[in-house]
Amino acid sequence: MQQVASFAVERTAYLNADGTCAERLPAFAGDRDELVRLYRSMVLTRTFDAKAVALQRTGRLGTFASSLGQEAVTVGIGAAMRPEDVLVPSFREQGAQILRGVTLEEIFAYWGGDERGSDFAGPREDFPICVPVGTQAAHAAGVALAFRLRREPRVAVCVMGDGATSKGDVYEAMNAAGVWRLPLVFVVNNNEWAISVPRSKQTAAKTLAQKAIAAGFEGEQVDGNDVIAVRAVMERALAMARDERQPRLIEALTYRLSDHTTADDARRYRDDKEVSERWKAEPVGRLRGFLVARDWWSKGDEEKLLADCAREVDAAAEAYLARTGQPATAMIDHVFAELPAAMEGQRAAIAALGARAGGEGR
Amino acid sequence: MTALTMVEAIRDAMARAMEEDPDVVVLGEDVGHDGGVFRATEGLVERFGEERVIDTPLSEALLAGLAVGLGAQRMRPVVEFQFDGFLYPAIDQLVNHAGRLRNRTRGRLSCPIVIRAPYGGGIRAPEHHSESPETFYAHMPGIRTVIPSTPRRAYGLMLAAIRDPDPVVFLEPKRLYRAVREEVPDDGEALPLDQCFKVRDGTDVTLVGWGASLARILEAADLLAGEGIEAGVIDVATLKPLDAGTILDAVRRSGRCVIAHEAPRSYGPAAEIAALLAGEGLFSLLAPVERVTGFDVPVPLPRLEDHYLPDAERIAAAARRLMGYR
Repeated sequence: MQQVASFAVERTAYLNADGTCAERLPAFAGDRDELVRLYRSMVLTRTFDAKAVALQRTGRLGTFASSLGQEAVTVGIGAAMRPEDVLVPSFREQGAQILRGVTLEEIFAYWGGDERGSDFAGPREDFPICVPVGTQAAHAAGVALAFRLRREPRVAVCVMGDGATSKGDVYEAMNAAGVWRLPLVFVVNNNEWAISVPRSKQTAAKTLAQKAIAAGFEGEQVDGNDVIAVRAVMERALAMARDERQPRLIEALTYRLSDHTTADDARRYRDDKEVSERWKAEPVGRLRGFLVARDWWSKGDEEKLLADCAREVDAAAEAYLARTGQPATAMIDHVFAELPAAMEGQRAAIAALGARAGGEGR
Repeated sequence: MTALTMVEAIRDAMARAMEEDPDVVVLGEDVGHDGGVFRATEGLVERFGEERVIDTPLSEALLAGLAVGLGAQRMRPVVEFQFDGFLYPAIDQLVNHAGRLRNRTRGRLSCPIVIRAPYGGGIRAPEHHSESPETFYAHMPGIRTVIPSTPRRAYGLMLAAIRDPDPVVFLEPKRLYRAVREEVPDDGEALPLDQCFKVRDGTDVTLVGWGASLARILEAADLLAGEGIEAGVIDVATLKPLDAGTILDAVRRSGRCVIAHEAPRSYGPAAEIAALLAGEGLFSLLAPVERVTGFDVPVPLPRLEDHYLPDAERIAAAARRLMGYR
């Protein structure tokens, strides 16, 4: 018998849970401003999430998926991508979206039940949030194929959760990325819970990263609570995808500190003790510890940042709440580029319903 | 000019669209050097190269999603599925994404894509190769469902589908792929989508159909003519959005309507057309609306297939029943 193939899956981590440093840091981590920018993005994301949950609890926002505890994953992705790249997210990537220029007000609007929230003024080619789990992987493959065919030095970044890796269509997209050498980076936000199903019941595979190996490209793990590590592996993967047409899968190891969404109650299926244990490794405090240890961050800086983020989020929430509604006919006016004649009667009926309600939807 | 089969006309339309627009690419399983299982893409890879005629892995769920991604990047993918029965994995992508990407982004992103599949029965094919799933696609918001019934209409409608800014499911009646030849000028002229075609005048009864059923309907019209019954014939062509006006106009004159399709009866497209006639067409009707359809059974294997597919005699018999109403 001979061995015909062998594989290894590597894990990258820099910061320990207490903010001390385990390895030699990448160059960008020597720049205080860069790290403060990452820190600020994580704090802003956490502030946004908290506000969104509060709005939902008071009936002013729809169901919402918080990224609490996973800010380093989403911010690391957003910080590493170039503006011309395309983000193909699932529904927990607000940190990356914000860094790419999606406004807080747009994200509130989307979760508030308004399609205009996906008409991003900023990153015009980014995909909107994708709710059907894993279906976005094929879109990312299509976007990356377009880049390849047009020879554009751009990369598609597809983000999904650990549960999505059990889906056949995700594997189909990975397989295509491998065989066509697409400029495509898959990021698996492994937060250990797919609603109530833990990682241990999701797959017998030792890592999720190794699922890339069957598709013919590299998969690696990164400490997903270490924003320096996430950004570093993302930058490496993006460069390989852009310059050498090497797709890659990054499994970010993190933990969902919140419920799945505001419609979920995680106490039904997991122990509070597990959650409080995992709070010790959360990403925001970890980077703050590192900054403080370097004397790059003071109590005053912290207070000012928290106040700034709260002000920014509150202003966005107010703008969202003050938005005028869409006319009822907005539901039909964007289905086709041009309204088919056969739908004119339906449009008139919708307009009449809108008029009955006083002109605008909520 | 040589007379073309439908499959050749479809190939000419794809080639013409690829000439006109560098963003048009053809994808699918075996579409490259094999030319597709029905040879619809024969010669295209030699002409346009492997970057525009792309053999894909065997991944039907991927194919439709890939088209969504390409379409969002303003490319115009024409995706071939090998058979109707293998199109079902694409339904997730079509209903969840292709049909709503424009709407959910308020026009920021769109899906100018064509999903092609050979469809329908009548060629003694194996299991899962004789399906008539048009209702599924016609029920999806944001998707056009188009079915040609002649080589010339296949050419013009395919060009229109590729040029259309929104997703089109283009179902090609495989029984007609090589059944007839017709002069099809390769003039780049599209035919209008969203319109029915009146293919035969006749004011006693209106026969409505699409795809392979249309050939059966025309045979039925000949039978009826021999009996002194003048049947008008409408090729629906675009099942959705449905051109109600053309159907209503014809039935206003005839007062009688038979709708024929291979798809199963319940909730089939004939039910939609019958509902249209029961509503806006009610006071034109001299007789009940007749449906001649497949049955609510999985399409039988070839030995029973002829009992399942609507044929000219069943269609003519339905028309004769209607002639009993005055």
